Amino acid sequence: MRAAAIVASALGLLLTIVPACLVFAGCLTWQTHAHLMTAGMFLWFLTAPVWFRD
Amino acid sequence: MSAGTVTERLDALYEFDREPVREDRLQHFSNFAGLYAGEHVAGTEFIIGPLFVSHGVTAPDFFLGLIAGNILAVLCWALCCAPVAVRTRLTFYWQLRRVCGPALNFVYCIVNALMWCILAGAMIGVSATAVGLPFGMPMPQLTDFYPTSASWVAVVFGVGAVVVVLAILGFERIAWFGKVCSPWMCLVFIGAAIAVLPKLGCASPGDFWRVANEKIWTGVPFGGQSKFTFWHVMFFAWFCNIAWHIGMGDMSVLRYARKWWYGFASAFGMFFGHFIAWTCSGVLCAAAQGGIAPGPIAYGGAGIAGAVCVVIAGWTTANPTLYRAGLAFQVVTPNWARWKVTLAAGVVTTIAACFPALVMKLLDFVAVYGLILMPMGVVILADYWILPRLGLRSEVAARDGLTVNWAAAIAWLATVGICVAMGIEIFFKSFPGILIALVLYVGISALFQRRAVARAGGAP
Repeated sequence: MRAAAIVASALGLLLTIVPACLVFAGCLTWQTHAHLMTAGMFLWFLTAPVWFRD
Repeated sequence: MSAGTVTERLDALYEFDREPVREDRLQHFSNFAGLYAGEHVAGTEFIIGPLFVSHGVTAPDFFLGLIAGNILAVLCWALCCAPVAVRTRLTFYWQLRRVCGPALNFVYCIVNALMWCILAGAMIGVSATAVGLPFGMPMPQLTDFYPTSASWVAVVFGVGAVVVVLAILGFERIAWFGKVCSPWMCLVFIGAAIAVLPKLGCASPGDFWRVANEKIWTGVPFGGQSKFTFWHVMFFAWFCNIAWHIGMGDMSVLRYARKWWYGFASAFGMFFGHFIAWTCSGVLCAAAQGGIAPGPIAYGGAGIAGAVCVVIAGWTTANPTLYRAGLAFQVVTPNWARWKVTLAAGVVTTIAACFPALVMKLLDFVAVYGLILMPMGVVILADYWILPRLGLRSEVAARDGLTVNWAAAIAWLATVGICVAMGIEIFFKSFPGILIALVLYVGISALFQRRAVARAGGAP
């Protein structure tokens, strides 16, 4: 459970940063990047509290 | 309120912080690196970057000033704050009480709490610019001082109400949530800035420096704004957290460090936090064609995630700030429950947040905040390192049972008074202020202690 949550959180962070780099490289539209960033946000906030330590 | 009551209230307030930290509670370097990196990506970073752009700083001045100022700030944490923290292992407030006496500590707490209220107000204002986006709220502009619309006031009160209620109900849970948010917020800053670079005409990494000079940090101030130079950026980066390093506020954190050099962990806050966040928010400001309001510029870079990031950044940093302000105010309201004090502090904070000047003049406020709190840190430093070397006694308030150490009180008030009267810009005033506070405290302490010795007819 914890390991799965960590993997999902990492994916959430990747969705936050990688699409922006693809916009910069001209491979992705800004709109798609914004949608993917929102998806990454949901993924991070749903999974990070499961494993994040105090 | 009698001196005895003041002492009792302060003792109750810091009941868990009167003892030096035990050996088994000391923390590793990585904990401090994480703490500093998270703490310095706050809601206010969204406004500081754009304000530098609005003041017409050039790209070389911005980057060189930021590097120099951040290095100086890290050195102050490592060489001023951390060594005293690891030797005493006490909180700043407890050390201040030993040096200055409980009554002066009390006054300092109140002044600090008022500053925290204003800072929390600025963070509520930052959040409000994002919450108002879906309602089509007119955004405050750079020169606005008073509330600009009824919708702005309504949104600020809405955000303020949520922040206050949550600060009353569950500070610790929110503080933890703030830590959860940190890595994500940091990446949103970076991602949003990278995504808008093509809008500014930056097609490759090699293009960045040209675009930075021509489109972002152009050297031309916005209408009505003063011109900033390398020195403004360097001194702001150095002194924006002066209350925590030279002001010694971070003794409360660094007392958990195993070694004094853990103070260098602050570099993670200055370079991964301030450097990146201010650079990215400056880029976002330029992409928004000079827009300053954090909500719209973050939305322009990262869409919904950007707007949510602004709300969360403001909210998670306003909450502990407001909580600490309520805690400090509780000293003067002995019969009030903590929730009532936090509510009262929250109302003051929310009313303050209605004034956009609080957000738009944040650079000035941060400089004033540092100037007011810095002298007490210098007093602690001088008391610890210099007085014993001059044959003078340190921690006289604790040793002699004084309510007020007048040498510290005079040094504090006179330093602030002299610095305010100086005809230089607010960003530079803390620099001579450090020397003034040092000379005044050592000089007056020597005078008082030698006079006391002469009266007693003995050696110090």
